[in-house]
Amino acid sequence: MKLIIAIIRENQLDQVRESLIQAGISRITVGNVSGHGRRVSEEVYRGQKVIPNLVSNIRLEIAVNDSFVQTTCNAIMDAAQAHDGDMIGSGKIFITPLEECIRIRTGERGSDAI
Amino acid sequence: MKLFVRPILLSGLAIIASSTVAFAQETSEIDSGATAWMLTSTTLVLLMIPGLAMFYGGLVRTKNVLGTMMHSFTAMGIMTVLWVVCGYSMAFGENVLGGWFGWNSDYVMLSGIDDSIIDGIPEYVFSMFQAKFAIITPALIAGAVAERITFKGYCFFIALWGLIVYNPLCHWVWASDGFLFNLGANGAIDFAGGTVVHISAGVSGLVAVLFIGARKSHPHLPMQPNNLVMTMIGAGLLWVGWFGFNAGSSISSGLSTAQALTVTQIAAAAGALTWLIVEGFHQGKATALGFASGILAGLVAITPAAGVVQPGGALVLGALSTIVCYLAIILKNKLGYDDTLDAFGIHGVGGIIGAIFLVFFIRESWMADAATAVGGTWTVMQQLGVQLTAIVIAIVYAGVGTFVILFVLNKFVKIRATEEDEMKGLDNVYHGEKGYGMITPN
Repeated sequence: MKLIIAIIRENQLDQVRESLIQAGISRITVGNVSGHGRRVSEEVYRGQKVIPNLVSNIRLEIAVNDSFVQTTCNAIMDAAQAHDGDMIGSGKIFITPLEECIRIRTGERGSDAI
Repeated sequence: MKLFVRPILLSGLAIIASSTVAFAQETSEIDSGATAWMLTSTTLVLLMIPGLAMFYGGLVRTKNVLGTMMHSFTAMGIMTVLWVVCGYSMAFGENVLGGWFGWNSDYVMLSGIDDSIIDGIPEYVFSMFQAKFAIITPALIAGAVAERITFKGYCFFIALWGLIVYNPLCHWVWASDGFLFNLGANGAIDFAGGTVVHISAGVSGLVAVLFIGARKSHPHLPMQPNNLVMTMIGAGLLWVGWFGFNAGSSISSGLSTAQALTVTQIAAAAGALTWLIVEGFHQGKATALGFASGILAGLVAITPAAGVVQPGGALVLGALSTIVCYLAIILKNKLGYDDTLDAFGIHGVGGIIGAIFLVFFIRESWMADAATAVGGTWTVMQQLGVQLTAIVIAIVYAGVGTFVILFVLNKFVKIRATEEDEMKGLDNVYHGEKGYGMITPN
């Protein structure tokens, strides 16, 4: 079992979500986060271009069985790369081992619970 | 809204209403009471547009909140400018092109009304009051096509729609020489814009939805409102603003103003309460959004009727409108077309219900006036025929007009957002901003 944590651009959440759903991954957790990346983003605020030093991003957390790791990562990468040209800062994917997983309602453990 | 005729009849002056400027100069006394109320009404109707922006803005997804609010706000810019340039002339000038619309060169740039006074009210006030109706009508259509229309396409669309659909309709129904104004004994009854505003916007919204299609992933992914609190505040502002919309449409400050104001309050309350009850029985829960929708259903239905019905009629109209709108939205979900914020389901359907069923609640004095006007008898069924004629004309004209505008415009400007843009959201793609948390937490 692995825990996949992906940080993506805020405006690509729907693209990534739909791509994941198409790949058969529908159990995800999404959060709003902000942070520093390589991206230098400009926003217009009161007519002035500003570069916020903390950029809003989306954090996805997906627990998967080992055989699904590649599918999940591909789905995220395909969607998050689409049509963004040479712009840097499309995000990152972190994969960590997952020790245990418990479904609260039934008490199932391990791979079955994912 | 029957500015030119009723006061003239009452005061016994037999002046042909089309010579408004000449008429204005003859009675240049300003009625400060009426003027004060009309200034207030004008302000109240303008307040409905930020209200609508909040109502619609709260209902869309987070990524589209600003784009949707901008639909209402840009209408304030575009429609006001067009109204000054030629809109007022097209709507309230004398018949041209066989009565298709009006024209009066004095009204172009409002240049000839600088010191004009009509019925005790400076004509500037009347013109600005009417301008607000021209603003809110296309802004209502935006609800049908929210979350997927391009900003540029929307701007061109409402400009053309205002010129080609709204101004002629407004002329037909409210100008003294408009053919619907003079239909039957005492005209088709549209006190404050049931046909001109709500039916035309609702039907146009429906046609626009069918033209540009559903949002991506509709209906299999749920799309939830981003901020119902804002929607509730918006609905409240609409209710408040509606007093200007309806009571201001008496273009006076007197008995008819009070009558319109009273039935407006009653119908809104009846509509909202009915929605709660219907939804409570049907879904088991009474939603805040349902209450807000009921307010609108009631207000929309009373809009054409505010000048002629009494409190009992207002109760029935508000409740009936809600029931039919509720069914219309269920039907919409069955049919699967994506009228996103129910511009047709509430404004189109509610407007039609109001304009039809008002005939059963007309106060007797109005019917007596109508009978006198034809020099004999005038029955409810005859008036029903007049109403149906006006409704069918409004539906057909708005529907066909909208389709033609969209069809031609789409050849030059993309109206439908690309799939990519739709997923990124209107705020990001067309405005480069986001509604919430623009300043990140640091």
